[in-house]
Amino acid sequence: MRVPISWLREFAPIPESVGARDLSARLIAAGLEVETVDVVGSGTQGPVVVGRVEHIEELTEFKKPIRFCRLSVGSAHGHPDTPGLREIICGAANFVVGDLVVVALPGATLPGGFEITSRKTYGRTSDGMICAERELGLGDDGSGIMVLPAGSAQPGDDALALLGIGEEVLDIAVTPDRGYALSIRGVAREAATAYDVPFSDPGLELPDLPPPAQEVLPHEGTSADPSACDLFTLRTITGFNPHASTPVWMRRRLIAGGMRSVNLAVDVTNYVMLECGQPLHAFDLDSLRGPVVARRANPGEELETLDHVARTLDPDDVVISDDTGAIGLAGTMGGLTSEIRDDSVNIALEAAHFDARSVARMSRRHKLSSEASRRFERGVDRMVAPIASARATALLLELGGGVYQGMTGFESASPVPTIEISATLPGDVAGMPISADTVVEKLREVGCDVARADGRLSVTAPSWRPDLTDPYDLVEEVVRLVGYDHIPSVLPIVPPHEGWSDERRLTRRVGLAMAGAGFAEVPAYPFIGADDLDALQLPDSDPRRATVRLANPLSDAAPLLRTTLLPGLIATAKRNLSRGAAGLALFEVGSVFLAAGAARAVRPDVNRAPSSEELAALDALLPQQPQHLAVLLAGERAPDGFWGQAHDYGWADAVNAARISARCIQASIRVERGGDPVFHPGRCARLIVAGAAIGSAGELHPRVIEAYGLPARTCAMELDLGALIAAASGITPAPVIGTMPVAKEDIALIVPSDVPVASLRDVLLAAGGELLESVRLFDEYSGAQIEPGKRSVAFSLRFRAPDRTLTAEEVAAARQAAVAAAEAEFGATLRG
Amino acid sequence: MSAPNSSYDPVAPSALDEAAVRAATETAEAAIAAAADLEQLKAVRIEHAGDRSPLALANREIGSLAPAARAEAGKRVGAARGRVKQALASRQHELEKERDERVLLEETVDVTMDYDRDPVGGRHPLTTIQERMADIFVSMGYDVVDGPEVESEWHNFDALNLGPDHPARSMQDTFFVESPDSGVVLRTHTSPVQIRTMLTQQPPIHMVAPGRVFRTDELDATHTPVFSQIEGLAVDRGITMAHLKGTLDHFAEQLFGEGLVTRLRPSYFPFTEPSAELDLQCFVCRGSSVGDPDHPCRTCSSEGWIEWGGCGMVNPRVLRACGIDPDEYSGFAFGMGLERTLMFRHGITDMRDMVEGDVRFTVPFGLEL
Ligand SMILES: [Zn+2]
Repeated sequence: MRVPISWLREFAPIPESVGARDLSARLIAAGLEVETVDVVGSGTQGPVVVGRVEHIEELTEFKKPIRFCRLSVGSAHGHPDTPGLREIICGAANFVVGDLVVVALPGATLPGGFEITSRKTYGRTSDGMICAERELGLGDDGSGIMVLPAGSAQPGDDALALLGIGEEVLDIAVTPDRGYALSIRGVAREAATAYDVPFSDPGLELPDLPPPAQEVLPHEGTSADPSACDLFTLRTITGFNPHASTPVWMRRRLIAGGMRSVNLAVDVTNYVMLECGQPLHAFDLDSLRGPVVARRANPGEELETLDHVARTLDPDDVVISDDTGAIGLAGTMGGLTSEIRDDSVNIALEAAHFDARSVARMSRRHKLSSEASRRFERGVDRMVAPIASARATALLLELGGGVYQGMTGFESASPVPTIEISATLPGDVAGMPISADTVVEKLREVGCDVARADGRLSVTAPSWRPDLTDPYDLVEEVVRLVGYDHIPSVLPIVPPHEGWSDERRLTRRVGLAMAGAGFAEVPAYPFIGADDLDALQLPDSDPRRATVRLANPLSDAAPLLRTTLLPGLIATAKRNLSRGAAGLALFEVGSVFLAAGAARAVRPDVNRAPSSEELAALDALLPQQPQHLAVLLAGERAPDGFWGQAHDYGWADAVNAARISARCIQASIRVERGGDPVFHPGRCARLIVAGAAIGSAGELHPRVIEAYGLPARTCAMELDLGALIAAASGITPAPVIGTMPVAKEDIALIVPSDVPVASLRDVLLAAGGELLESVRLFDEYSGAQIEPGKRSVAFSLRFRAPDRTLTAEEVAAARQAAVAAAEAEFGATLRG
Repeated sequence: MSAPNSSYDPVAPSALDEAAVRAATETAEAAIAAAADLEQLKAVRIEHAGDRSPLALANREIGSLAPAARAEAGKRVGAARGRVKQALASRQHELEKERDERVLLEETVDVTMDYDRDPVGGRHPLTTIQERMADIFVSMGYDVVDGPEVESEWHNFDALNLGPDHPARSMQDTFFVESPDSGVVLRTHTSPVQIRTMLTQQPPIHMVAPGRVFRTDELDATHTPVFSQIEGLAVDRGITMAHLKGTLDHFAEQLFGEGLVTRLRPSYFPFTEPSAELDLQCFVCRGSSVGDPDHPCRTCSSEGWIEWGGCGMVNPRVLRACGIDPDEYSGFAFGMGLERTLMFRHGITDMRDMVEGDVRFTVPFGLEL
């Protein structure tokens, strides 16, 4: 809502000394969000005066028509050689001799720093410039020069003052509850309250109209559906002069208010709407066929609206109709057939009150938002329609002649609810004392009727505040008018709670461990495309293909929610590589979304707590959303340096990433040979926690690498972090630290190549008994000296007893037991 | 060995002669001092303190003296040998020290050489700012709570007093899960976590819920369709706006610096009433830039305040939808954007830096903010 301050002052006489900054601050404190203070025609500086066109010479020797004009500009502004006159070249043709125009004289500056000088052009000396609205910074109308209504000014008058250039305008972002602030009237009320000056409400007093002439019957208008339209008025005016122009003062305010000047009839409806907040609609009376009726649309009914869009209507839509069918979307946009035209002599003026929700739904359904719909969906004063309509009629009669023939209409009585509130509630909610007197005073400032009995108040909200429906609405009014800046700052006493949940705490710990291990965290958007699922080589049966699809994705290429973090990491890796990264270790912790079976949408009543069945039904709508941890490793792990040669990330780094995440939260993870199709079939680890597979790690499948254009041997790991955290041990028992001497033995076993080291080690450890403290792989070999299909794996065994130095015999026996078990289990033989 | 026969060689000076002992001692001392390295000192030791050194030989002569003379000669030779031994030890120590210093000098490396062998990681500031903020509330006694990112419309809108026709509902540019009447959306704010908490816990409730939210904005320098918020909720008997203000002031002070305060401006949110916009006193200029064009502040555009979030008292309708009696309990709620907080706290000028995942953005933020 754009509010010219001079217009505001018409109803709220705030002191002249109050500047725009102070006014903004007070309105902001009262809850109106003043975003900016604009200056009308900012950048325009005098001398800019009114000129009358005295003579036009058409210059035809140029590519486009050019006019050389002589203008009266008043005795003080003429050229020294031609007193009172200036000669100016002009490229526009929308004016005639005798018209009043706006002339920027040499020495003037127009927006954009454009300085006006006397200059030679088109073979003449042009001694200034005849201005269009846009050139003066008054709006976007650059279609022709600005022609002022005849008699509205004298040549030589200061055009800056006339056009309101330099006037300050508040630009206010109106919140959805404050429909009344979409009017000068509403903002003026707040300003008057803020400065404690009397407020004269233009929405309360019915302007004087001449008695209906009744030369013709006023056109009939009514509502057929009180649920959609509970108040409808239609005033009839005949003999209007369609050529009467909009006075400068009105045009000035419309432009400052952010609207365009169209013609007098439309301008008047817009002017009254800005002033009172009541949208009005002017019909060409002669185009109407039969009574004008507000009603719900018929199924399949069609309407072409003013924006030339043919619309099929919904039975929930509210339309204005006549015998021909729908002629407008109520309170939203008129139709083409009955629209007022530049030659309309007879006018039917509609002012009505439409149901806010219906208009909101209609506006959304048709993706159509207008000045009118914005107001109706936020709530328009139910009582103001006849007053606004009378005000508009009076203006039309005054400015465009015409005869008032009377009004028809419909009104259904709607009860005005009374809100009961304790006088102490506002203070209790604010946490500061607010006296009952203050509460009553503030509510009356808002416009409420307040009846007081003991500590109870019975409050009736004014018709322009349909948003005030329950006690807390009133509390907000009182507290904001007392001032939020008076609320004290008090820390509440908080009883003990759990703090960080285990899941959050351990997730944080994993993030710290990953970052400490050299991984950089890079959160990605969760949107992926079907292309990603293909690029990952996922078979149709893969659970990662059970995606959730968005109805309105930002990009048609990525309409799915991720079921794996890998596509995001891959895209991020590629971006980093394209920016010159030599090596990357990335990680992300985030949700993936695994589609649930279809469930029927439910919508429990919000006036009570939902039942557990209802809550279960709501949760059944949602996909599973586990938290995953994933890493991506590509390129150089260590560069060349004095320490040695560069080397790249490999599969083992990816598997180790899983171990890092598990170790830091004392979760026990087991690695098996895996078969995830995203990974290289021979270089994929399955990650097992508590007997269940929770993820994969290794080198990406060469086809995945190729599909994404990743560096060769790019590696990755992804696991279900929630499952890992669930396996974190609660209270870790302390280890036993042996202080007796250790005995070390190395063994090399030749085993079939497909025996995993992890299994072999488990068997050695189990068979080595209590004396075998640890088993560590230190070498792996296959090749020339080993029989095909087998390989040699070498382990360091450490033996220790808690209470004594082991004898050579004891160590040998334990070692032999371990080797024997490996022989028995895997056919292992001791090497050399 | 036979005793020397002085009568046999009467002109030879006796080795035990005081002058001879002194001369041998001085010669030894001079040789020790002259030894340039440990090798030379070893030779000197053999020559002047070894078995065949003059003093060792002299010592051996003592036995041949008349008993009366033995004591004095013994004393003289003993003292001389002691001095030589002392000198040797001292020189040995000196030379060893010199050698050690030389070796260590030779082993000198350039410790300023770059060592970037190991990759350096980091946590994303959106993660660490969440934790930092949540830590502050945990220290006040709050819980940290999570909720689903794909959420039912009922939790995201209806229960928050955003009915199907609420004008505010159309202001939110919501991602809908197919089909549009599935009743499922990507949550547009973290507020549904309030609902989930109130549905499962009885007051007193004090919780914060940091997390990701979604709106259909295109990515540009100031917008992103996926962003983060932290939501706070307190429900108890007698909770007031003063408590809200006190909590936010404390939070601002912890996060931005001592003495900083917040400002509340009346506003509108369907789920709170009264509602307020939350401004943070500019932590850079603390308001000194207001009306001082010579010292403008970029952080607050010389406004003195930074728009930070929204807050208010939980709308009784919301409490009712969660089965909490608004006549018995009241609550406050607040929320703020984490990207925005990071932008002004750390001087990030382009939203895309937080979204693109460039490791050169993540790593400098380290592991904690
Ligand atoms: Zn500042």
